[in-house]
Amino acid sequence: MARAEEIAAEEFSAVVTEHRTQIFRFLLSSTRDVDLSETLTQECFMKAQRNWASFRGESSAMTWLMRIAINLQKDHWRNRRLQFWRQTQAYAVNLDAASEWLPSGERSAEQQLLAKERVRQVGQAVEGLSERQRTVFLLRYVEEMELREIAQATGLNEGTVKAHLSRALAKVREKLGGKR
Amino acid sequence: MSGMDKAGDRSGVSEVADKPDELDEAIRDFRLGVHGWSEAALSRPRTVVASAPRRIWRLALGWTLGCALVVGGVSGGLYEQHQRRETARVVAAKAAEQQRLAAQERARQEEEELLAKVDRDVSREVPSAMEPLARLMAEDESQ
Repeated sequence: MARAEEIAAEEFSAVVTEHRTQIFRFLLSSTRDVDLSETLTQECFMKAQRNWASFRGESSAMTWLMRIAINLQKDHWRNRRLQFWRQTQAYAVNLDAASEWLPSGERSAEQQLLAKERVRQVGQAVEGLSERQRTVFLLRYVEEMELREIAQATGLNEGTVKAHLSRALAKVREKLGGKR
Repeated sequence: MSGMDKAGDRSGVSEVADKPDELDEAIRDFRLGVHGWSEAALSRPRTVVASAPRRIWRLALGWTLGCALVVGGVSGGLYEQHQRRETARVVAAKAAEQQRLAAQERARQEEEELLAKVDRDVSREVPSAMEPLARLMAEDESQ
């Protein structure tokens, strides 16, 4: 019995190591608050650990963890509506902050400026999306998850995921000055 | 770059295939930016030590103020109630004293009246000490 628990703990430890970065990144891009993202990431893994025994592997561990993270994030926003929301407002930054972390690569200074401007525009467009569209967009284009995985993580069916993604993409395209 | 290639290569993701190059690039750069931001945030120096005591102090201060308010409210209420009781007790004591004095006065008056009545009755029944002498004087005068 103790040996089984030990094995489960080791397995879970490996899962944390493997997926912590991705869960944190998704929460960071969703909440735009570093401290909050760390807190929610910890909560996510604590919750996952408590329920690790009941995880049957019907979906991948990543999808399962992402589902927990999405629910935690939803709960946070729901609770925040009932509380004073100054704290999150004070620490949240705009999503276009991502442009500051864009690697320069082999681009010229001008190309880099252009790229930063585009990232800023995408960030602004993503901020303007509905919660569901944003989640689907971030899972697809930042976390590079398959539509099937996104459907499992969000609890939506694939058709709905596609529809949200299509609308989100249209809004981003519009922000970038393209046609719908 | 590999990220976008990966997304672009996926079959059945028509929304990616239909995008113009600029959108592809913008989304790829956005992903790289978010990844960089996230990595930087994860490897930043932690401020837990600095922020935790502040939160604890704020919590402690909140609790202290809350407790002070509750204690103040309760003791104020108790003091008010005590004052009311004390006032009622003093008023009751004063009223009792007045009643006692009034009863004393009444008793004294009754006693005086009783003594006066006794005096009157005695003076009517018992002849005055000078009465025989007065009668003798009256007789002498008549003789």
